[in-house]
Amino acid sequence: MSKVWIITKRELASFFDSLIAYVMIVLFLGLSGAFTWLFGSDVFFINQANMQVFFSIAFWSLFFFIPAITMRMIAEENKAGTIELLITKAVTDSQIVWGKFLACLLLVLIALACTFPYYITISQLGNIDDGAVIGGYLGLILLSASYISIGLFASSITQNQIVAFLAAIFIGVFFHFVFGVVSSSVRGFFGELFNYLSMSTHFESMSRGVVDSRDLIYFFSIIAIGVLLSQVALSKRNWQS
Amino acid sequence: MSIVVENLTKKYGEQKAVNDISFEIKTGEVVGFLGPNGAGKSTTMKIITCFMAPSSGDVRLDNVSIHSDPEAIKKKIGYLPENNPLYLDMPVVEYLRFSAEIQGVPKSKIPSRIAEMIDRCGLDREKHKNINELSKGYRQRVGLAQAMIHDPEILILDEPTTGLDPNQIVEIRKLIKDLGKEKTVILSSHILSEVEATCDRILIINRGRIAADGTSDTLRSQSQGQELLKVSIEASPEEVEKAVRSLANVEKVTPIDGKVGWFNVQSKPDASSRKEIFDLCVNNKWYLMEMTGLETRLEDVFQKLTK
Repeated sequence: MSKVWIITKRELASFFDSLIAYVMIVLFLGLSGAFTWLFGSDVFFINQANMQVFFSIAFWSLFFFIPAITMRMIAEENKAGTIELLITKAVTDSQIVWGKFLACLLLVLIALACTFPYYITISQLGNIDDGAVIGGYLGLILLSASYISIGLFASSITQNQIVAFLAAIFIGVFFHFVFGVVSSSVRGFFGELFNYLSMSTHFESMSRGVVDSRDLIYFFSIIAIGVLLSQVALSKRNWQS
Repeated sequence: MSIVVENLTKKYGEQKAVNDISFEIKTGEVVGFLGPNGAGKSTTMKIITCFMAPSSGDVRLDNVSIHSDPEAIKKKIGYLPENNPLYLDMPVVEYLRFSAEIQGVPKSKIPSRIAEMIDRCGLDREKHKNINELSKGYRQRVGLAQAMIHDPEILILDEPTTGLDPNQIVEIRKLIKDLGKEKTVILSSHILSEVEATCDRILIINRGRIAADGTSDTLRSQSQGQELLKVSIEASPEEVEKAVRSLANVEKVTPIDGKVGWFNVQSKPDASSRKEIFDLCVNNKWYLMEMTGLETRLEDVFQKLTK
């Protein structure tokens, strides 16, 4: 059995034992359900059989939920000293980080899977564009994975979970929001650059059903950098106090 | 499985927590790291267990270096860190299963290993409880159980008895002694009697360096040097003190506080004053009530070396 999976299993069990998983799933479903079906510009208001409403709600709710699940991953172990126990087992730093990454991603996948009834219901209401739905879900998964890697990094640099949460939100808000705003007010090369760095650019094109390699490269780069930086922060013990 | 430590140095900023330490531990030895707080015991252990890399120097286990293959080394070591950190939200059995899996114990052997550890560490009644429900003594046993779950050849225990009550300390020491029969054990402590009771060999570490290395007996005899006697003579104390002080082999006489007629007598180097004192009493017709040789305590050795 792979070492990564052993760590993932433990973290997932700990999510469900500590009720974090249930709280997260219920809140996510409640929030996205309410805005998809009941309030604001819901499905009946826009009167179209598509899931754009749900995707744009999830785009925001995941942005806040993911730091809440990643904040304890490494920070808590740093504080309790269990990180020493974990590192001195026969695992590498990278297996530890990937194991934790995978556990968070699986929790988000479970939450997203619970929204599958939304799709069934909407598809009964009219002709739904399946391509856009698949693209949208794929976009949400990649977006979540990116925020998880950012959250893990934030968690790896501190012993304090609140600091980890706020740091993850702080780093995330640039990708989520700030770069997009800046790009609309700057022209030329930097406008292009900030537009490319903005999460919403890539997410919106995917949720319309267009999966471009530019978008995939963007998401996978953020994931890789976040995970790598977490490993670096974890191995910091090797060269300083 | 032997451990070779070569010129190990670990710097924290400007400060050297471990300063050019070298030693060798043979298979089956039980070695105690003894030293005041902050002497570098834990740092040395953290380097041997591959938790952190040294600033320079090397540790080899049967010729496998911590720089070349830390995974292989970690597999062979069972480690109980200082303060015994544990995943408090896990049940004991689940935690042991996790430890076994992650240390690469074959799946078919895991249940029998867990059962053996629970039996050996006396956790049978607590095995389904969450670790945060356990008392400190039981947590310590869980810590030992997780360290031994993969049947490692080397056990490294950082202050295994801190915070335990006397009965628990005795039990843990017994367990360590049993383990020492088949495994190489390194433990650290700042309690001298503990190290003396459990270890074959003692390394006294002070300010990042090895101050002494040997069995408790050799350490004692090394620093013994002068004979120390406790003497009780029934006669006028002033007279006795004066007479004893004038003996050829006596260097120092100090009356023992609160006990009339009792003295501590220190002889000159490489000389014994036992016979002289006896003769003195006979000549003066005093009664020699008691004369005991005082053994140098390990505490004294320790204090002398670490001051």
